[in-house]
Amino acid sequence: MNYYIRRFAQAIVTFVVGMFITFALYRLVPGGPVEQIMQDRIQRMQDRGQQVDTRQVAEMAEQLTGINPDQPIPISFYEWLRDIVLYQDFGESILFQDPVFDILFRAMPWSIFLSVYGLLLGFTATIAVGVFMAWHEGTKIDSGLTVFVLVMRSIPYYVAAIVMLSVLAFQWGIFPTGGRAPPAAQPGFNLEFMTGIARHAALPIASNFIVGFAGGAIGMRALSVRVIGADYLRSARLRGLSTNRILSRYLTRNSILPIYTGFMLGIAGMFSSNVITEVIFQYHGVGWFLLEAAVNQDYPLVMAAFVFFSGITVTAIMVADFTYGLIDPRAGTGATRESF
Amino acid sequence: MSEKTPKSDGGVTQESIFGTDEEAERRRTPPAERARRAFDFYVATPFRVAWSDWRTRIGGAGVLFYLLMGTVGVVLVPPPQINEGPYYLKPFVDWSMPLGTDNLGQGIFKALVHSTPAMMKMALAGIVFSVGVAVLVGMIAGYKGGVIDTILMTMADVFITLPGLPLIIVLAAIFSPKEPFIVGTIIAIDQWPGLARMLRSQVLALRDEDFVEAARSIGLSTPTIVGQELVPKVAPFVLISAAGAAVAVIFQSVALYFIGVLPFSSLNWGVMMQLAYRQGNAVAAPGRAGHWLLFPLLAISGVSFSLILFSQGLDRVFNPRLLARHSETVPEDEQEDAGGL
Repeated sequence: MNYYIRRFAQAIVTFVVGMFITFALYRLVPGGPVEQIMQDRIQRMQDRGQQVDTRQVAEMAEQLTGINPDQPIPISFYEWLRDIVLYQDFGESILFQDPVFDILFRAMPWSIFLSVYGLLLGFTATIAVGVFMAWHEGTKIDSGLTVFVLVMRSIPYYVAAIVMLSVLAFQWGIFPTGGRAPPAAQPGFNLEFMTGIARHAALPIASNFIVGFAGGAIGMRALSVRVIGADYLRSARLRGLSTNRILSRYLTRNSILPIYTGFMLGIAGMFSSNVITEVIFQYHGVGWFLLEAAVNQDYPLVMAAFVFFSGITVTAIMVADFTYGLIDPRAGTGATRESF
Repeated sequence: MSEKTPKSDGGVTQESIFGTDEEAERRRTPPAERARRAFDFYVATPFRVAWSDWRTRIGGAGVLFYLLMGTVGVVLVPPPQINEGPYYLKPFVDWSMPLGTDNLGQGIFKALVHSTPAMMKMALAGIVFSVGVAVLVGMIAGYKGGVIDTILMTMADVFITLPGLPLIIVLAAIFSPKEPFIVGTIIAIDQWPGLARMLRSQVLALRDEDFVEAARSIGLSTPTIVGQELVPKVAPFVLISAAGAAVAVIFQSVALYFIGVLPFSSLNWGVMMQLAYRQGNAVAAPGRAGHWLLFPLLAISGVSFSLILFSQGLDRVFNPRLLARHSETVPEDEQEDAGGL
């Protein structure tokens, strides 16, 4: 139990430190958000031939970003964090003129939807293909699949996304070319809306699937090949267990263990690469908003999207850590070791 | 052959009187011969072993091709110019413009060649930064253990948690970097923590080995032990991860240029794709500008395919022996197959 508490505390610390680094970085770099907005406004006023009042512009920029440049960073970080924790107040988006929390809260389910499906499908396929290759080790099936996996891996997911978008959506019209749901459909539990969502999500999920799939199949195969040679597998075969049982309970379960760590990192990677996918498919999830905000210097929205991504990653990695014991009963919980 | 080891009968071995064979041999060998042997042992043999695997062969040839393209090719092929051909010329029609032209009549083949150095610079910066930091952090954390390990790994965990691509997008938006070396470094920011963690676990397995313990017991300093005893053992792994880091940097930089986050002043593959997408409308109407988008895509897939094949091959070359030394669960006859095709 002690381990779980410590691990939880570690996650919280990681989360806050990560947020602080981003926060401070954003503030400290020259040409930060306040300056950017000020320059933008001054430029616009000069173009219109208006009198420029720097003080007034500075005040406006401060109000828009919610940043007080005279305040030390730790104090403003504390205030920012306090507003988030107590009032769920992330500030207001400069670009969309809406509370940031509402924007992201509405966008969040869509991003999670894409990422989780892509990840689950990708990893299931990775494991299945890896074990399958190992089972048929040395045959033509094995070498054929190896080449296939290597080719799959060297094609960047966004390349696959672009090609699919171009061919399947624009040329053949099988899938919609962007967006997250058909504009005409009434949101809710009706068939039109739900199939619409599925069709809009199909291509982004397919390209996320490639992200999840590409990484591990070869490694999975190598691990499984080693497990196949182990004595307990031979004795399982001698005991006359069915092939299915050997494959699922003995082979897959034991060769999954090292992959599981990769799975944890995969969660973080998936949400990251989902940003690109969402932009390519014009899928208005958190990633799309983050990009728009970053390009347009929408400081409050960028920070909030950041909190979302960090929160998801920290939680996912923590859950994976906690459940590792279920998969590998041998795993110690935080063993100590000698220090030199 | 230790000179001071007494025999069980209390006497000393023959070698200790006349010196070991090894020493005598070293005295007799001229420096040139010794250099040749060192070359054979450290360069030629790994190369021969690497060459024996088809993946290293094809991957290595591919990597070499791209390297030549970025160095010799730039000299041989003149830079692309506006209006040197008709607009949107199809590929394989006019052999002075083998891959067709873009919306300004610039040759796509020439643009591809002249984009290579920028990609190489980004990949190089990424490798140096991510592998350098990872080696430093991972080796020290793994070897020292204790509080230092906890601190360094917490640091790595924080950076793993910082969402990689979003962070890069924000940094890119703030700094607006144009110099390829800086772009590469920024993009590699999320590469090192995972690598450092993997290196740490390798060092954890190594640090209790006999030869490390021996080095420690004769009082060698930590930098010496890490530098001379541990680094050579993990060098193959580092090499393989360097290839992985290069692939990741190329993937991400092209992605960021493509979605238009990074500003650009010179050509690279990602910029070409973005221009084809924005100005040529190549995704929606590939009939006209499709080739403008397609060839950079192929170039990226090609370079990553070569690098991945190359590192897979290296993995196969180096790993079985590393595995054999450290694995107790694998029977001898299975080890050869473990990394095999």
